[in-house]
Amino acid sequence: MKSPSLLAPALGLVIVLSGCATTGGAGSGDNAAARNPVDPYERFNRTMFNFNDKVDQYALKPVATVYKRVLPSFVQTGVYNFFGNLGDVWTAVNNLLQGRVADGVTDVMRFAVNTTLGLGGLLDIGSEAGLQKHRQDFGATLGVWGVQSGPYVVLPLLGSSTMRDSVALPVDFAGDPWTYVNPDPTRYIGTALRVVDMRAGVLDASNLVEDAALDRYEFIRDAYLQRRAGKISSNRERGADAAYRALPDDDDLDTKSDNSSSLNGGATAPSTEPTGNKDAQQDKAPAAPAASGNQPAFIPAPSGEPAK
Amino acid sequence: MFRKLLAAIVTVGVLGFAGAAQAQEAADAFVKRISQEVLETAKSDKDIQSGNQQKILEVVQAKILPNVDFQRMTSLAAGRYWREATPDQQKRLTEEFRDLLVYTYAGAIAQIRDQQLEFRPMRNDPADTEVEVRSQVVQQRGEPIQLNYRLSKAGNSWKIYDLNVLGAWLVETYKGNFASEISKGGIDGLIKTLAERNKRLAAGGIKTGAKS
Repeated sequence: MKSPSLLAPALGLVIVLSGCATTGGAGSGDNAAARNPVDPYERFNRTMFNFNDKVDQYALKPVATVYKRVLPSFVQTGVYNFFGNLGDVWTAVNNLLQGRVADGVTDVMRFAVNTTLGLGGLLDIGSEAGLQKHRQDFGATLGVWGVQSGPYVVLPLLGSSTMRDSVALPVDFAGDPWTYVNPDPTRYIGTALRVVDMRAGVLDASNLVEDAALDRYEFIRDAYLQRRAGKISSNRERGADAAYRALPDDDDLDTKSDNSSSLNGGATAPSTEPTGNKDAQQDKAPAAPAASGNQPAFIPAPSGEPAK
Repeated sequence: MFRKLLAAIVTVGVLGFAGAAQAQEAADAFVKRISQEVLETAKSDKDIQSGNQQKILEVVQAKILPNVDFQRMTSLAAGRYWREATPDQQKRLTEEFRDLLVYTYAGAIAQIRDQQLEFRPMRNDPADTEVEVRSQVVQQRGEPIQLNYRLSKAGNSWKIYDLNVLGAWLVETYKGNFASEISKGGIDGLIKTLAERNKRLAAGGIKTGAKS
């Protein structure tokens, strides 16, 4: 993605902020009662979010919209597959680091097949052969190893992240093969293409969020944190069906939201990681692939049985 | 204008389905059936694909509204504030939240092109009255999108009360939004914000997906 040099000042900013960690109440007094435990840097995050929004609105989204409308879909698919293939390398490494051997091996095979038979990654033969695509990053690996996510952080240009994942980013860059492409202009053009393609891929979804969310910043933050925590807890439960969580009871929800601040979102996100392990013991079903948008491999409805 | 249309459709829809007899059906079979119906209708209807708001709202009214427990969804999202609301506020809040979700869902339907649905085997006891159904949306480009439902049994039929897209539960995600709006302007403030948003969505029509 972005070259490391852009991130260094951003990360520096984040680290400096952690030194001036909030003791609450700094600044607007009217918000003092509404401080969210998972988002102590909310003011910084909102500023960054608005900045990213402006960049998106004036630069990235128009380009991505044109890209999506004008470029033939097989070209867009080619771009997507090519960079997805490069991503599979680091995903494989992370899956193996997390102890998810079957997934890791699948990723290696995907890379091998797609690079050779798939014309250097332009075609995704692996998916058609039943090798499901995964996505892992080093932040998720750290999470699986037990590192807490830390507060929510919005990074310049890169968007939602957490403290742990931001610190892990340089490692992700090091593990990205595209970083090592030598003629600089080629690398920059490729990175730009990759970013535009990714943005084009989520154009529809981002339009929906605009309609659905009352406060986009909060909506995106809460959805992101849920998603991230869910991914890591499901990664932890190797082979077990991890999306199972105790269903909320009306009473449970009342007690949770009665804690401290009026913004309840805080209590739940950090606690989802330990709960995931508890639920694994309640698991009655035979081993089934972990559930996250990126993980499962299963056969379509008729047979109803998971592939693994 | 569309707001009145929506209100009329919803009223008729709810009344019309009051007597619908549903045979004892497993939760995942139920969700599968409804999703496939919606998917097929969306794929085969040119009006829907071009974003005709009225058509889409009709589909939503006929196929989806009767199967969702909006009151429970709203009460969960409002959390402890639900108890503090008067019955009239609760009713208005439920209606506005329902409308918001309907418009959002309609926007999603307008983007259906060639996606497929895959369902995971259900891990729940047949005797459970609250279950989770897991599925994913497989699309041409990109990874599959996780889509899970939470349902509760109401008499002979199931009702959906929460939805998980890409790992985030709807109720959970709206809690934060609701709580901030309520802390700013009370429940009436939240109702007003939702009403304004719904007015805007009704007037703006549905944004369709561009060629993908």
